[in-house]
Amino acid sequence: MRGQKQEGLLLDEPLIFERSRAGRRGVDVSAPSATPERYLPAQWVRPEIDGFPEVSEPEVLRHYLRLSQWNYGAATTFYPLGSCTMKYNPVVNEALARLRGFTELHPLTPDEMAQGALELLAELEQWLREITGMSAVTLQPAAGAHGELTGMKMIRAYHRDRGNPRQRVLIPASAHGTNPASAALCGYSTLTLEGNQIGLIEPHAVRKAMNGEVAALMITNPNTLGLFEREILQIAETVHAHGGLVYLDGANLNALLGVAKPAHMGADVMQINLHKTFSTPHGGGGPGAGPVAVNEVLEPYLPVPRLVRTESGWRWSEEFPRSIGRVRTFHGNFGMHVRALAYLLALGAEGLAQVSRLAVLAANYVRVRLSEAYQLAFPGMCMHECVFTDKGFDASAVRTLDIAKRLLDRGFYAPTIYFPLVVPGALMIEPTETESKETLDAFITAMLEIAREARDAPQRLKEAPVHTPVGRVDEARAARRPILRWTPAPSPHLACR
Amino acid sequence: MSIQVHRTRSTRTTVRFFPHNDTEIQAMLDAIGVATLEDLFRDIPPELRERATLDLPPGLSEMDLYTRVESLARKNFASCDRCFVGAGAYAHFIPAVVEHILQRAEFYSAYTPYQPEVSQGTLQATYEFQTLVAMLFDMEVANASMYDGASAAAEAVLMALRLRPARRRVLVARSLHPQYREVIRTYLEGSGPYSLEEVSFSADGATDIQDLTRKLGEDVAAAVLGYPNFFGVVEDLAALVNAVRACGALAITATTEPLALGILRPPGEYGVDIAVGEGQSFGMPLSYGGPGVGLFATRLEFVRTMPGRLVGETIDSAGRRAFVLTLATREQHIRRERATSNICTNHGLMALAFTVHLSLLGKQGLRQLAALNLARAHTVADELERRGWQLVFTRPFFHEFVVAHPDARVRYQSALEQRLLPGVPLGRWYPELEDALLLCVTETASAEATQALLDALAPQSC
Repeated sequence: MRGQKQEGLLLDEPLIFERSRAGRRGVDVSAPSATPERYLPAQWVRPEIDGFPEVSEPEVLRHYLRLSQWNYGAATTFYPLGSCTMKYNPVVNEALARLRGFTELHPLTPDEMAQGALELLAELEQWLREITGMSAVTLQPAAGAHGELTGMKMIRAYHRDRGNPRQRVLIPASAHGTNPASAALCGYSTLTLEGNQIGLIEPHAVRKAMNGEVAALMITNPNTLGLFEREILQIAETVHAHGGLVYLDGANLNALLGVAKPAHMGADVMQINLHKTFSTPHGGGGPGAGPVAVNEVLEPYLPVPRLVRTESGWRWSEEFPRSIGRVRTFHGNFGMHVRALAYLLALGAEGLAQVSRLAVLAANYVRVRLSEAYQLAFPGMCMHECVFTDKGFDASAVRTLDIAKRLLDRGFYAPTIYFPLVVPGALMIEPTETESKETLDAFITAMLEIAREARDAPQRLKEAPVHTPVGRVDEARAARRPILRWTPAPSPHLACR
Repeated sequence: MSIQVHRTRSTRTTVRFFPHNDTEIQAMLDAIGVATLEDLFRDIPPELRERATLDLPPGLSEMDLYTRVESLARKNFASCDRCFVGAGAYAHFIPAVVEHILQRAEFYSAYTPYQPEVSQGTLQATYEFQTLVAMLFDMEVANASMYDGASAAAEAVLMALRLRPARRRVLVARSLHPQYREVIRTYLEGSGPYSLEEVSFSADGATDIQDLTRKLGEDVAAAVLGYPNFFGVVEDLAALVNAVRACGALAITATTEPLALGILRPPGEYGVDIAVGEGQSFGMPLSYGGPGVGLFATRLEFVRTMPGRLVGETIDSAGRRAFVLTLATREQHIRRERATSNICTNHGLMALAFTVHLSLLGKQGLRQLAALNLARAHTVADELERRGWQLVFTRPFFHEFVVAHPDARVRYQSALEQRLLPGVPLGRWYPELEDALLLCVTETASAEATQALLDALAPQSC
């Protein structure tokens, strides 16, 4: 095992820096025609960087291939991570995003020489408008949270134009942490709305909290419990009646394709997570893409530049005086836009509607099959995900974390755990539409067996995982004595050196 | 002569991504206790359901899809060989090993490493990334990455305002990338009672230290400088950083071209407090400007006010070295409205590309590639100067430079017509540089294209 004397299959892989041997390198570079000192003052010229890797090409390849083998990914493993929509990422999209006409396209290419890219973006905007029912879209935000920030900046600009930016934003207790953080970045305080006994926001709670100082309600629908906010129409009406706006967190759009359009729910603005609903890969933590869709009320505030149609084709325009400005360089994560449009084109209208139906089918199937052994946070039909708790295992002191770790031993990634915060010991399962029934059945079997183990042999859960490249990782130690990088001098903290 | 190919669009529902057959769907419906798929949505108000139909075309087979998207790619003028534009996005050669690793689905189809026991690959690579970024900037600590250079710069400003809570003014060099300045402005607007002021540049293209000194004061939280700046000019960081820090403000540098740090003294050596940058140059294609990767590094003492994810070293239950996400109490999923940022994920896969490419380049390759870019850009600049163009700024530059000519606009157009990207006209951002072009020369420009550029911009007869 790692760091121990090894025979046979090697599981240890040192850091790339520890593989260094003087004089090696993995790239051959043509010799420059002159030394740097010819062009730069000598005191500005940097010597070689101490500690930088010196590794040959085959060693670099082997190093990262081996690291890749220590990961579970949605392509290799069922990955029921709730709220993240870990569906299949079509491989053809990887090939399409790598077409030379895209990869070698400089972002400052004159518009008339980049018409293919502009057309692609315009088409993606159009698909997203139709799916959400909203009237305009910006593709600039780089991620879901970035989209939230963009949307909330627009809400602030809207209120400021009406003489008062307002002070507060209402956010359900079950919301993603990004919601209050995004609101706070826009200078708003937040007021938490508690859900009712069936996990939903009630109109009277919104009525009670609404007044002329509330800028917006940020609401996720379906919410993070996987439940559709049934009173959304009345809730939105209440917010609007007080001059507030409705920010709809589109993180859970995978449940709504061809089922219900956010615009009809009263949303004024929403972000769309292309890496969730529209299959762009999660990349081990990004890059995502978080386009923002708005109705007519907020359209003037969209970031610039925006795509406009002219007689000679598409072009970028900055002529929107009420725009909030830019939120990142250039035109957003274009490579992700290519993949998302490819996904939409592949599925078409019927395929998209089927996505949500099968995603909700899978989640409810898992919900029903597991509810004999695990307690649901809230009973009843769910949408694209279902949330359980660790109640019922108190006798053996088994917690959600133990269940999650035992699942890793069974070859599954774990559900999202301890979120939403309103559910103690939450286990949030989102199977998505791309997992077969036999995979779901295998997962269900594993979960049922783990529930039995929790009662009969709880130690097995406490000691899990045992079949993974490393055992349970000491998170507290990492936070107590942070070691955040390798250093050329030997570190005294290395346990296995 | 061309052969007409008739393609028929399938009108069938796309099934290739869906594993279920009708029997399985029925079995699952039976288990749930509903009759049809539509019954699953009974909690949704009928007035929403009735209007939800999608007015969109039918799906495409993989072959038809490929043809369709490829036809869009073909309409673009996309060529690293003939690209002489930088300005925040750089044409560099990407070794095949980088792409090979990036296409490992174990990496690209994973998510944030919430379960470290089955995410050691992502975690260790991110730890290596943090180390490389810290070394490149010569800073003590770097995070797991941000969205891009501009949003990293904006987050650095917000962090400085947290560290200097009594101060409300922020200075930004006018020679910083215009889009970085715009993004900082957007982030600051409405976030608090802050003001943003620009510091002018001197005739030599570097930040005007007198203007900086005049604007600095005890109410200034931070000053942001480009290093190298937007004009490719290498700032005299020692003097500027000293001035900023002398009044208690934080010195922030933003580097759009980190390759420059293979040859230039790093920000950390000059006492910079927060060094940010765009990492696209290492392992990421131009891709019309995204995705890239935001780099963010600072002093260890500031780590708990730093935005973004961090990977740390620890041990597992058997005492073996392991890596894990750490110091999460700064982050939105724990601290919500009191978090250091709203950022959730980083740009993990792009951080991996950066890490693999820099590992391949290594100690010698990095320096040599930087020296090659430096020399090639100067060769082209010298030749343009010899042929009657004026080198606008006199200060040393890396691989970007500003040149002007009375006929700049006409010559620029004629170069475009010859399928070259002959720099970017600066008038849109700097009215006083109306006749000036910002050019960039990297290792990808071919000898033939470089000659064509020179002949188009400066025909020998002039």
